[in-house]
Amino acid sequence: MSGTQTTYNDKVVRQFAVMTVIWGIVGMLVGVIIAAQLVWPELNFGPWLHFGRLRPLHTNAVIFAFGGCALFATSYWCVQRTSHTRLWGGPLIPFTFWGWQIIILLAAVTLPLGITTGKEYAELEWPVDILITLVWVAYALVFFGTIAVRKVSHIYVANWFFGAFIIAVALLHIVNSMEMPITLTKSYSMYSGVQDAMIQWWYGHNAVGFFLTAGFLGMMYYFVPKQAGRPVYSYRLSVVHFWALIFTYMWAGPHHLHYTALPDWTQSVGMIFSLILLAPSWGGMINGIMTLSGAWHKLRDDPVLKFLITSLSFYGMSTFEGPMMSIKTVNALSHYTDWTVGHVHSGALGWVAMVSIGSIYYLLPKLFGKTEMYSTKLVTTHFWIATIGTVLYIASMWIAGVMQGLMWRAVNADGTLAYSFVESVKGSYPFWAIRWLGGVLFLTGMLIMAYNMFKTMAGGKTQDMPVVAPAGHHA
Amino acid sequence: MSDFVSDFWNLYVIVIVVGSILACAVLLIVQGKATFTPGKTMGHVWDETLEEYNNPMPKWWSWLFVITVVFAFVYLAMYPGLGNFKGMLGWTAVGQHKAEVDKVDAAVKPLFDKYMAMDVKAVAADKQAMEMGKRLYLTYCMQCHGADARGAKGFPNLTDADWLYGGEPDQIKETIASGRMGVMPPHEQLGADTIKDLANYVRSLSGLPNDSVRAGKGKEAFTSAGCVGCHGPEATGMHAVGAPNLTDKVWLYGSSEATITETITKGRQNQMPAWKEFLGDAKVHLLSAYVFSLSQGAK
Repeated sequence: MSGTQTTYNDKVVRQFAVMTVIWGIVGMLVGVIIAAQLVWPELNFGPWLHFGRLRPLHTNAVIFAFGGCALFATSYWCVQRTSHTRLWGGPLIPFTFWGWQIIILLAAVTLPLGITTGKEYAELEWPVDILITLVWVAYALVFFGTIAVRKVSHIYVANWFFGAFIIAVALLHIVNSMEMPITLTKSYSMYSGVQDAMIQWWYGHNAVGFFLTAGFLGMMYYFVPKQAGRPVYSYRLSVVHFWALIFTYMWAGPHHLHYTALPDWTQSVGMIFSLILLAPSWGGMINGIMTLSGAWHKLRDDPVLKFLITSLSFYGMSTFEGPMMSIKTVNALSHYTDWTVGHVHSGALGWVAMVSIGSIYYLLPKLFGKTEMYSTKLVTTHFWIATIGTVLYIASMWIAGVMQGLMWRAVNADGTLAYSFVESVKGSYPFWAIRWLGGVLFLTGMLIMAYNMFKTMAGGKTQDMPVVAPAGHHA
Repeated sequence: MSDFVSDFWNLYVIVIVVGSILACAVLLIVQGKATFTPGKTMGHVWDETLEEYNNPMPKWWSWLFVITVVFAFVYLAMYPGLGNFKGMLGWTAVGQHKAEVDKVDAAVKPLFDKYMAMDVKAVAADKQAMEMGKRLYLTYCMQCHGADARGAKGFPNLTDADWLYGGEPDQIKETIASGRMGVMPPHEQLGADTIKDLANYVRSLSGLPNDSVRAGKGKEAFTSAGCVGCHGPEATGMHAVGAPNLTDKVWLYGSSEATITETITKGRQNQMPAWKEFLGDAKVHLLSAYVFSLSQGAK
């Protein structure tokens, strides 16, 4: 193959990259709205815009629309370049883009209408579930088809993670969405009782583990060494932490059901595997951050690298916090409180969003025929606003969560509860206000990004780049 | 009781859990024995610049991994996790809950015993008992009756002198302990016209504006349609069946003609849950005294 005739398919990457920013704004705006509704309950207007319906819209929009588009964009970019071939799949490729956008639009319509399965992070009803399955199979065909026709013998580490993410999400989605349709908009889960709860959290935690972790680690393994211009710190570490991570995550779900009707042994097994998960998770953080060793000075004036490395720090922090929260005695305090919400967002804002934002900033100029973003200064501004927003969010939820947990368990000398539930709600207001402010800052950062993106796109030539010939094979 | 339908699943869980933890350890050990060339790459290049160093895994990180694996085995020896094996400590979540509840119950028993020996009115006059009662109320009762005990639509106000089932200590206690089922049957068969007459009559009983012609006809219907059976000839209600007094200004569902019409046409069903099983006699006793105290001084 000469490598001069064929080009990479960057059209689909361009589409997904732009939609990442758009859906990021939409999803985070809904997040800001529901955060405001907690502080000012009078902002709940009618059933359509009620907290109970907007909250699943927020989670679906940020995880599957924003995060999903970021994963499609970066995995398509990465798999072509590290396989040294054009994306395989022909019409399947645009199908994944348009199919995914239709799914998002269906979610945006059905969730406010109250059409839901009631399963967290899997609220979409059965017709949408089927469409998700079709798009996902197409995605898997495109991704693994491209791997199959690669021009290099070794599969690059980022693709292991993207591949694991695609396979595991297919498995999770199909098993957890087994349901009996009653009408076009209503179905019932095939499972019942504690089995249903267990399947749901097996799904729920692995959505975190594979959608929000493995996929984004794939992103990290491409964009961190690229942007740092340094080799990945340790090949062997990536082997061990990859296999340990994908193997161990599958067991961790029961820690969402501590002190429930789930049998004690299941809870224990969930807890110990969650603790074992600490080292495999940190393996990814170490490999990413240590890739920068010898090039630390680049952090000073490269905002993209700032995003990427900060995301790894938040990843390390939340993957330390997670195992701690899975310990039964800690969980007895943290469960059902805002501590959990804070933990999720240290992962969601600090890790997932930051690594995506960094990667998209890396891609945008290249996708639109420019050498750099319209304004590097605005990227730096975005970085600081996003970081401050994340810290405000996490810190306020820590304080609120621990306070709630302590208030709920406090008893008087006569054995009665020291606080009624509503008193813990009242005590939470100042922290909910700070959380809202953190969310507003994070959203502001995304608006700056959108402005910067459209300015970068303006007048750019969107010519696809030629496929690069593989480097000469070593012995 | 075993969590498994057969011993096969017990063994399955044990083998797969132990095997999986060991697999983590084996992965770490085997991969740790690879030949490392620190600072040198593996020799592969992707996308022009992507390479990987052949550095060893950080020692402290490997040890962290080992420690969590060891902890897993220690934990599984002490606590339930390996199928039916109970763990050396014999711990269960149910047991932990019971131990904590028993401890608190034992500590507060003398206090509750003291009040159990007093009658409800005496308890209601005890300042400390009423503080306890209020805290119990705020935990168990305020979800329906409100933080100020003034109720809401369908949930009775506990601070007034109007009682569906009676406001004497024994009656209140019976209401809390065994619960109540309030049923107003639907009377659609009377026809819209008669129901409108009845609604006007009911409104006239408490001095609300009404159509006097209809109210007059309603008065007759009140007897002929059988309303008197529960609400009494004077419409002052009956505690035995929880039929409300229609002559006062207290309305559980509302006093507009439309609401009363709805009540007569479709009937009402309401339930006060029974708390005796959940709370036990001592807490029911204290709550009865607290609820009794709320209405004292009300007209």
